[in-house]
Amino acid sequence: MTEPNLPIASIKGVTKSFGATIALQDVDFDCYPGEVHAVLGENGAGKSTLMKTISGVLAPTSGTVFAQGKPVTFKGPADAMAVGFVCMYQELSLVPDLTVRENLLLGAPGSGLGRLKGGALPKARELLDQIDGEHIRFGSKVSDLTLAECQQVEVVKALIRNPKLLILDESTSALNSSVVDKVFDLVRAQRDLGVAILFISHRFHEIEALADRISVFRNGQRVETFRNGDQDYSTIINMMVGQRIDELFPPKVIPKAGAEPVLELRDFAWPPKVKPTSFTIKEGQIIGLGGLDGQGQSTLLQGIFGLLKGTQGTILINGSDAPKSGPLAAKQSDVGLAYIPEDRKADGLIQAQSINENLELAALGRSDLNATDHNIYKPSLDRLELKHGGLDLPVSSLSGGNQQKVVLAKWLALAPKVLLLADPTRGIDVKTKTQIYALLRELAEQGTAILLLSTDYEELIHLCDETHIFYDGGIVRSLRGEDLSAQNIIGASLNIPDVADHKGIADA
Amino acid sequence: MTTLVKPSQLPAWVNIESLLPYIGTILLIVGASFTFPQVLSIDYLSQQLQIAAFLGILAAGATLVILLGHIDLSVPWTLNGAAIVATAMAGSGNEILIACAIPAALLFGAVVGAINGLGVTILRIPSMVWTLAMNSILLGISVLNTGGFNPKGESSATMSWLASGTVASIPVAFLVWMTISTALALLMMRTGYGRYLRSIGFNERAVYLSGVSTKTVVTGAFMIAGVCSAFAGVMLAGYANQAYQSMGDPFLLPTIAAVVIGGTSILGGRGGLFGSIGGALFITILNSILSVMQISDAWRSIVFGVIILAMLLFQTLRKRG
Amino acid sequence: MRDFVTAYRRELIAAAVLAALLVFYLITHPRGASTYVLTIWANQCAILGLVAIAQFFAVVVRGIDLSVGAIMALTNVVGSHLLSGTGIDLAFGVIVVVATGAACGLLNGLLVVYGRIQPIVVTLSSASIFVGLALILRPTPGGRVNYDIADAMTLDLFGIPTALVLIAIIIFAFWLPFRRTGLGLGIYAVGSSQQAAFQSGMPVATIRLAAFTLAGVFAGLAGLFYTFVTTTGDAGIAPNFTLNSIAAVVLGGVLLRGGTGTLIGALIGAFILKTIASLMFFSGIPSLAQPLFEGLILAVAIAVGAADVLRSKHRLEVFGR
Repeated sequence: MTEPNLPIASIKGVTKSFGATIALQDVDFDCYPGEVHAVLGENGAGKSTLMKTISGVLAPTSGTVFAQGKPVTFKGPADAMAVGFVCMYQELSLVPDLTVRENLLLGAPGSGLGRLKGGALPKARELLDQIDGEHIRFGSKVSDLTLAECQQVEVVKALIRNPKLLILDESTSALNSSVVDKVFDLVRAQRDLGVAILFISHRFHEIEALADRISVFRNGQRVETFRNGDQDYSTIINMMVGQRIDELFPPKVIPKAGAEPVLELRDFAWPPKVKPTSFTIKEGQIIGLGGLDGQGQSTLLQGIFGLLKGTQGTILINGSDAPKSGPLAAKQSDVGLAYIPEDRKADGLIQAQSINENLELAALGRSDLNATDHNIYKPSLDRLELKHGGLDLPVSSLSGGNQQKVVLAKWLALAPKVLLLADPTRGIDVKTKTQIYALLRELAEQGTAILLLSTDYEELIHLCDETHIFYDGGIVRSLRGEDLSAQNIIGASLNIPDVADHKGIADA
Repeated sequence: MTTLVKPSQLPAWVNIESLLPYIGTILLIVGASFTFPQVLSIDYLSQQLQIAAFLGILAAGATLVILLGHIDLSVPWTLNGAAIVATAMAGSGNEILIACAIPAALLFGAVVGAINGLGVTILRIPSMVWTLAMNSILLGISVLNTGGFNPKGESSATMSWLASGTVASIPVAFLVWMTISTALALLMMRTGYGRYLRSIGFNERAVYLSGVSTKTVVTGAFMIAGVCSAFAGVMLAGYANQAYQSMGDPFLLPTIAAVVIGGTSILGGRGGLFGSIGGALFITILNSILSVMQISDAWRSIVFGVIILAMLLFQTLRKRG
Repeated sequence: MRDFVTAYRRELIAAAVLAALLVFYLITHPRGASTYVLTIWANQCAILGLVAIAQFFAVVVRGIDLSVGAIMALTNVVGSHLLSGTGIDLAFGVIVVVATGAACGLLNGLLVVYGRIQPIVVTLSSASIFVGLALILRPTPGGRVNYDIADAMTLDLFGIPTALVLIAIIIFAFWLPFRRTGLGLGIYAVGSSQQAAFQSGMPVATIRLAAFTLAGVFAGLAGLFYTFVTTTGDAGIAPNFTLNSIAAVVLGGVLLRGGTGTLIGALIGAFILKTIASLMFFSGIPSLAQPLFEGLILAVAIAVGAADVLRSKHRLEVFGR
């Protein structure tokens, strides 16, 4: 079998670039049998690119992947699976129009394009039951499952392929704590059988609970690798971020006395996904929305922007009712809403069009603005220091951070009263983050109400004046001041009544 | 075409994709002239410009729809229906009806386009299916209306002039084609509507999220395409001095082909009217030269398919390489 | 059971509609529910059914095949040359006919997968080539077919129309086992989410190639069966069958966005279309109104099928990805 001192998977000198963006730069990395090797890093640090390179989805621009010491070239995931590298992807690899059973059979080892072998199905059922998936029927269509259920199926799909190397890429983001614990039990059992585990998460407490070794990535490079427990939390965070946390964020501002509310939600609901929700954003405030993936917070943001039909309750902007008929009404000057979507590449920009064309797209429908007058974008572009090779080049030529600057400038030209942001710094370099944070604080001080959905605890803690944590469609806890801590956010996200009793939570 | 422009001054819409059909057209004419010197005569070329106008006007409208990433398969019977409306009114003997013949036919095209657009935007039916159904319905109405025979009526003097007249020995049809194409090109390049239309072809979601009524934009494009189809029908009826059953059927594939070999992506977003003009010229000349060479219909059909595929392969493989 | 009903809701509705139509047809038919009436009906349905299956394979991988009618015409013409013999000659003829279809489909697939041209444009152009070839092989309708095999295929077996037996063989001996293979699952996976299929280790290019080839095979089978029914070869049948194949798959619950629907649904859709056409023949609707009714029925069926969209409460959902 495998020699004990030979890594199951390793890469040497791997670089991967996408056009202007370098996602991985000269990375060496390895993973041994019987160990859980965790990869920590901010969004955009290159974690997912690393996983995709090892699992055959992406071919490295340069450098080599080794399987049990032998160099390999993967033409696709099928080749990687053939040497036992199996990945659970962040973007789920389930086919929405097929049933759970069919998805489990898809590409199952040994079947190819010929007759399907259902031998692994009983084991799959057993595994699914072990991770609280008894209610997931094999006959259900995947498109009818919730995100959490999809992730449970994805776990099982990976496990029944008898991996030698199991890669988990943010694969528990929507699962609640008891399911996560059970998934981790399965993963530990695999490790004890000699399987190598590669584990990505940006949730520190999960890594601490599971990992044997930890590698920290930043800006496409591996910063350091150490045994779990050898470094403390703040050192690790500093490694991830590359600078001290408090230097990243602008200081919070004590709100002016008598600040007027800008955005007010009164029992705003969209049954069954969003329960009646009320909160207020006053002048000068940045309000955060947190929680596990898919708990209703991103739907709420879309609802405020008018993307949902049949919402209930009231949205008041500066005291008057906001229309809920869609983006065209929302962006008019008398309403003044702007929405920075989560998927910047697909929803925020038109990749094939030029920077200029993208900038103009929102202002074009406003009769009070001249969209072709580029002076309306210039202040925000200068403020954010957009780096570009010419505004006539396609926006796809920009790095992720610069693309997000274009999205922001496009909307800030409309001088919105309320700025809704869905995870705006996901996959963005630290310098750009700092610029965006400073800009948001500045805007808040100028009276723009800022509502920030984030998956990054540090943002929720250090940037927001108050953070509402969502669970199952509604706010379970609103945190501010001293209460606004990582511990409390995690506890509320998992809807655990008393945080202190729960093991596995980082004592950060 | 008389003054050569330096490459640095070329506008963005002149690129290798949109120039390809022009180059092809010139190669065809030059190549054919060795055996058939008459193809270089002014008469022949001016006649080709006149004939290309019918296809060209259809292609101009289809370009907008294809830029959106949609397709309009109702071209044949929108054209046919408009021709029937126009000739019926023009042949009625009533002066008011005669005067209204062309506007009525164009209105007909706009209404068909609106129905196409509403099905596509409100019910989100794939345009390929919805416009196909619309084509069948229009065919059905026409069959029911005319009893399956060629409809009665004749073209008006204006219609004949549009199709066959000349101004300073330039075919009027060609001038009409150029006017329509230029107007649409300006619409595409100089207005917010044009920007929206192009952007929707790339990514409708992002355009909607930028606060644009994409339904209006898409429906508008289908309406413009309907009016173009109707205009071609009016002119074709003027050319033949009558409307006849299935007069639009031979135009469907050449229309799409003209747009696509002109460099407009069938997925939407990329391309424009300049290429479609070249595409219509190329297809018309190709057809004409094949018939001058007395090549059978069968071989014409094969050559036609092979050349279109070859031009598309050239485009896609060049991009990849 | 619950899963079955939800998963095959569209097919079940279509099947119920077909059953009602068939009963109504047999009641209104002046000669009643005889084997003769059923045989004629089944032959017509089976021809369109086979073309619809061809279209289904292209559509399910998020493609479209506008050349199915042309492949059918070509194979029909090939058949009219090769199916007049007996024994080995005849068997050879059948194999060549089906192989011709497969080759046409493979060509489409290669151009789509490796030429990276959109399916709609590829098949539009290749259709032109296939029809041209068919015209060369048989400029005017004609040819001779071995009457023994033609009769055997198009009459009845112990009172059951042979066409229905053949369809049953396709369902039970081909489709149901095929659905349980990696390829059978793969075509859905590729059509539904190419990325997920790729990440699950499926050979995406091979699967798309296979789907287009299967489309060619079934278009070839349609041409073969058409040869048996008509005992002649006719190069001019292409356009009608292409358009009806798309209508049939849509009626049978196959979504043009790919990844859903079944071969059986495509068959049901084809049977519905043909039954309606036959019904109208006896229904007393003036024959001139029949094309209009066919078009309206198609449009209404599509619109009803699309009405789900109106119930969507999320404005972004309708845009898809």
